[in-house]
Amino acid sequence: MTDTFQLDGEDVSFAPGQSVLQAALAAGRYIPHLCYHPEFKPHGSCKVCTVKANGGFGNRYAASCTLPAQAGLNVESETEEMNELRRTLVQMLFAEGNHFCPSCEKSGNCTLQALGSDLGVMTAGFRHFYPDRPVDASHPEFLLDFNRCILCELCVRASCEVDNKCVFALSGRGLDKHLIVNAASGKLADTDVALGDKAVDVCPVGVILKKRVGFAVPIGQRRYDQRPISAQALDDAPRQAAVGGCAACEGTS
Amino acid sequence: MTHELQSILARHHDDPTRLLQVLREVQEALSWISPESIDYVADQLNLPRARVEGVAGFYSFLHTNAACRYRLLFSDNITDRMLGNQALLAALCEKLWVERGHLSEDGLVSIDTTSCTGLCDQGPALLVNGWAIPRLDAARLDQIAELILAQTPVAQWPGELFAVEDNIRRADILLGHELQPGDALRAALSRGGAIEAAANARSWREGIPTAEQGALTTLEEIKKSNLRGRGGAGFTTGLKWEACRNARGPLRYVVCNADEGEPGTFKDRVLLTAQADLVFEGMTVCAYAIGASAGKTKGFLYLRGEYRHLLDPLNEVLARRRAANLLGKGILGQAGFDFDIEIHLGAGAYVCGEESALIESLEGKRGIPRNRPPYPVTHGYLQRPTTVNNVETFCAAALVSAQGGDWYRSIGTTKSAGTKVLSVSGDCARPGIYEYPFGVTVRQVLEDCGAANTLAVQISGPSGVCIAVDEFDRRIAFEDLATAGAFMVFDASRDMFEVARNFAHFFAHESCGFCTPCRVGTAMLRTTMDKIAEGHGTLYDLAEIEKLDRVLNQSAHCGLGHTACNPTLDTLKRFRPSYERRLKSQDFEPAFDLDGALAAARRMTGRDDAGAHLSTEDA
Repeated sequence: MTDTFQLDGEDVSFAPGQSVLQAALAAGRYIPHLCYHPEFKPHGSCKVCTVKANGGFGNRYAASCTLPAQAGLNVESETEEMNELRRTLVQMLFAEGNHFCPSCEKSGNCTLQALGSDLGVMTAGFRHFYPDRPVDASHPEFLLDFNRCILCELCVRASCEVDNKCVFALSGRGLDKHLIVNAASGKLADTDVALGDKAVDVCPVGVILKKRVGFAVPIGQRRYDQRPISAQALDDAPRQAAVGGCAACEGTS
Repeated sequence: MTHELQSILARHHDDPTRLLQVLREVQEALSWISPESIDYVADQLNLPRARVEGVAGFYSFLHTNAACRYRLLFSDNITDRMLGNQALLAALCEKLWVERGHLSEDGLVSIDTTSCTGLCDQGPALLVNGWAIPRLDAARLDQIAELILAQTPVAQWPGELFAVEDNIRRADILLGHELQPGDALRAALSRGGAIEAAANARSWREGIPTAEQGALTTLEEIKKSNLRGRGGAGFTTGLKWEACRNARGPLRYVVCNADEGEPGTFKDRVLLTAQADLVFEGMTVCAYAIGASAGKTKGFLYLRGEYRHLLDPLNEVLARRRAANLLGKGILGQAGFDFDIEIHLGAGAYVCGEESALIESLEGKRGIPRNRPPYPVTHGYLQRPTTVNNVETFCAAALVSAQGGDWYRSIGTTKSAGTKVLSVSGDCARPGIYEYPFGVTVRQVLEDCGAANTLAVQISGPSGVCIAVDEFDRRIAFEDLATAGAFMVFDASRDMFEVARNFAHFFAHESCGFCTPCRVGTAMLRTTMDKIAEGHGTLYDLAEIEKLDRVLNQSAHCGLGHTACNPTLDTLKRFRPSYERRLKSQDFEPAFDLDGALAAARRMTGRDDAGAHLSTEDA
């Protein structure tokens, strides 16, 4: 017998060890998410995938990427309450960094932009922080534009777990938390990052950009220009259950 | 430099879980953590350089920008402000010719603020290179300025500058106990034989060796006592210990959370000064109860960096207990009962008071709260079963072990057994430490501490609750006003908006930044409160605060985010006029002052007549 939980009133079956989000995606059900990536252990920092779960412990809100699936759980996701929360979280990310979509090379391929568009985010809604985040163009192959960093740690996880290089890490805390690279100079050119690294391919926004290929695909013909992210997120499903841990990234040990 | 780094690393056996301790000692030795020392430490510990840099960048007391001979950090809790810390800070900056937050050009001194240093009963306070100086006034600042200008090493500053008082005003069963070191442990060990008759009657206990019986019976006494955690959350201690005992694994850890960071709380500082033996005894009783006799167990005391001055005295107590066979191998002659305690020092991060963040920090990482489940009782330090309890909880557990669960349960209220140690500060004649049986009213505490004309009391610090006059008959108890111990008193002369604004700054400063809602939301709350303070606030901003609260409660990763808006909402509910009188407009307000923006144009054209101004008919 397969165990199931309820997602917005419908049964979703799950395998042992799966989180609610993993089981939902595997079952072809979309829950908006941002810092989750099927190839890495979920760490639950962006909170966009938050759902309301009712179980033996009463009502509670939890990030579905790290909420273990349990038989009998009743999960609410596609509700106005949850989508309003997600809109606000996306707005917070837009207000925190410096995001100028029309001039961004990642426009149309950007997860944050696609998510905002799909959720109906029309403005940042909050006063912008306008942080001062100088770009790092030192490396011959890559440009780092920290202005767009949403601190999802995907590059951190990819570099440590897949590339075994730990090129990226986090420093600071609170609003001052920021991405750093593994070099005394603080410059990407002095790290061992290379073309072909997983870390340079996973950035969901426009921080890690390959040089000399900008705008090769014209805006209008890019991934999320074709179909909304909610329709595309399931293309990779069923997604594999996460395995292993990441000693370098936060909250996952 | 290399020689110093070598000896620090050797002391820590090149162990990467000691990274924070290593960096803290590098900071003490070199007055900063230079890029070269990060390289060296990373190399020796075999860690990625960026990981070491990331840890150094997380903790407030680790500095990576430049060397500085004297780092002065003024405690900036609201109680310090009420005692005039801002004027003192400004005066010292002037005396030493430095700008707040900037290193002096000669690299001699820097002056800034830090979160509450736990000296609220004897503030204003500051830390100089991590060492606490209480009771600041003009005379003491003159003395400090002279010592700095004469470049006297901090170790040679007069000891009386660093004298910290206990200020115990009311003692009950905990602060007034007459136990000798070892009494509570002997009581626990003696239970091994005492229950044999009972054990015979219950077949499932047959065959359990005597040491195990003692441990099980001690655990039963803890459960019987109905002792609940004193750190704020109030989880039942007996259940936590039992879950840890039942968890699989050959190694177990006992961790004492002495990262007392909640502004307004300082009872753990006093307990660690006046009752250090009882704290360690409680930890040892815990080790025994959760299975030290069946395997290897190790203890940590995680001491907040602000209490650096307690490190050496506490280590002396540990040495004395080892000599008395109350720690170490075969404790009190019980074969196999091996347990020892090591002290780790924090480095300025409130979030490390959250138990899973504390464990991350103990492992030498950035203090980020973990995802739960799994919980520390099964997957704690190094993913092994770990019991984390507050300092006061361990003290109470030692009392229970010595005098029994029934005795303890008879004190306090039905749902809140025992006593609570309160840290009383703010507007009262006798600030200090007050221990009461649970159930005491706020009014009683106010009377005892000599508070007059009281407007409000902040119970359990910023993450607790702010109550007004009509609620002073409420009781300190888990079923009414649960508290970690802070009790800050505000009289009618105080502006509760400024109290809430101070707390909003605190949360934004202390957010670890892991999750979006807390990282961005606490910063937004801070800017919104500042906007209101500057006279640009509107009703829209008040609504925005409520929205932030909703988002933080729904989605923040840990309690810091969940509670960050509490002080603002509490004071908004009870003292709304102190907000409203600051609002620029009661109904709407553009965030942009159009007429003000035309000022430059008026200056350029040399005009200031009515026609050069926008209509101000609604003003």
